[in-house]
Amino acid sequence: MFDPAFGGVPEWRKSGRSTTFGGIGMGRGFISRGFRGRRRRAEGDDRIPPGQYLVDGFPVLSAGPTPHTPLAEWTFVIEGEIDEPRTWSWEEFQALPSEEFTRDIHCVTKWSKLGTTWEGVSLDLLLEGVDTAAEYVVAFSDGGYTTNLPLEEVTGGKAWIAHTYEGEPLPPEHGGPARLLIPHLYLWKSAKWVRGLRLVNQDEPGFWESLGYHNHGDPWHEQRYWGD
Amino acid sequence: MIRVAEAPRKLAWRIGEVVETSPDTPRTKSLFLEVPGWEGHRAGQHVDVRLTAEDGYQAQRSYSIASAPEDGRVELLVERLDDGEVSPYLTDELRTGDGLELRGPIGGWFAWETREGGPLLLVAGGSGIAPLMAMIRHRRAAGNDTPARLLFSSRSYEDIIFRQELERLASGDETLQIIHTLTRSRPEGWTGYDRRIDEEMLDEVAFSPDEDSLAFVCGPTPLVETVATALVGLGHEPTRVKTERFGPTGG
Amino acid sequence: MDEQRLDGNAAAGVLAEIFTFEITTARAACTRCGATGDIGAQMAYVTEIGTVVRCAACDNAMIRVVRQDDRPGRYWLDLKGVEYLQLQQRL
Repeated sequence: MFDPAFGGVPEWRKSGRSTTFGGIGMGRGFISRGFRGRRRRAEGDDRIPPGQYLVDGFPVLSAGPTPHTPLAEWTFVIEGEIDEPRTWSWEEFQALPSEEFTRDIHCVTKWSKLGTTWEGVSLDLLLEGVDTAAEYVVAFSDGGYTTNLPLEEVTGGKAWIAHTYEGEPLPPEHGGPARLLIPHLYLWKSAKWVRGLRLVNQDEPGFWESLGYHNHGDPWHEQRYWGD
Repeated sequence: MIRVAEAPRKLAWRIGEVVETSPDTPRTKSLFLEVPGWEGHRAGQHVDVRLTAEDGYQAQRSYSIASAPEDGRVELLVERLDDGEVSPYLTDELRTGDGLELRGPIGGWFAWETREGGPLLLVAGGSGIAPLMAMIRHRRAAGNDTPARLLFSSRSYEDIIFRQELERLASGDETLQIIHTLTRSRPEGWTGYDRRIDEEMLDEVAFSPDEDSLAFVCGPTPLVETVATALVGLGHEPTRVKTERFGPTGG
Repeated sequence: MDEQRLDGNAAAGVLAEIFTFEITTARAACTRCGATGDIGAQMAYVTEIGTVVRCAACDNAMIRVVRQDDRPGRYWLDLKGVEYLQLQQRL
């Protein structure tokens, strides 16, 4: 298996990275006369992490079919290294106090959206009183998608199970009825169609983390791939 | 007939030159490209097109090759999507003499050569006609008489892509039948189909299952899924129904 | 209607960066349900984050590919969902 702990970053990668938007390779290849593309330049705006650009709209990137679990069957569970697993039905979940919050979000494919508004239940609330020695969590979704995080990354006001986006119920293509939202990390960590968290003693790389994407995923340090 | 070599080779980006552009319907335009070193393609295959801005930003989309392999040029049919990132550039900005970066041909699964026989059922929705047009043109260029039927769904008469050429191709050829359906508006006196393709229409138009036809379906995802499901429901062998859903990548 | 769900043929471009043979016409068996069929007949999810080819019968992830955009030539490829690939080179 691959060892993600490469030593050092090649010099050419350090220099080129922060100033190019998308693109492949370091040399200038063919330029399409008159093409500008949809994105807006991001230089000088300190809310935009290195290598990112602003985008209109909200791109949909999926790794599998959009699930359509009926709400009557939907549950969210916290299980694993925990004395008693916790489960909420959709009704019970809706009855929990939720927070409205506005955050910037950043996708590893280089687009960012500033000031997105959400409503969701804080993971601090869902994990309240949980007694565990586990240091990691695996978030899992309908369809089999997983992503892994240190437990401390989903607590302290950093993560929610979000059910409302821009004042409307979260649409299915964006992860509805509910998705994990962890805005301080690249958006692949904000698992769409989330159904639960599993508390684990050992880190378990998830769907993308096991295939080249960085185990942590901090946009401010451009942790996109293994070895970054 | 052009024999296409299939020796293993790496797919590489190349620069094609736009030698002609030709508007068709209000929303579509054909781009004709000369691609140095082009080794040919099979009807139904596509290319990936890549646009690069001054600052290195890139956008990439797939477009079916509408020209027959016998043509030599690569013809791409582009439908202009108002909120598209790539299609407005291709239809509004790109002009004769410009370069266009592309790679291909790609995708041997959704392809047809005359030697594969038929009968051939082609079902297209809008710009989904592109790969099927390559098949129809290839069939004509090869002087082939495999029975072929095209069921073509368009919004209106004015939106029928390649309408005149299709009329010409069908008028001289008893073995090629073209059936249109217009879903949003019809010209006065229209006696053809006037609704979205459904199982009943396919039952009337498709070859019977025991003729073991080969079907190619291309267009927006809802149309493709309706048609594929219906054909299988009518008794056609699933492995003989090939689909190319457009999804959000065209534009 | 799932707009992201395309035919396996849509994965042909990125797979052609890795395989020099025509993979969409290769026959594959799904490790989860055993269904066999051409790769072109399976479902493909093709986005900038990666490409996933899923079994048309059971949605099992048969092939996963990530291309590292800032390191040309670097890919990660997972074929764990494929029991075998049978391909026919055109000679």
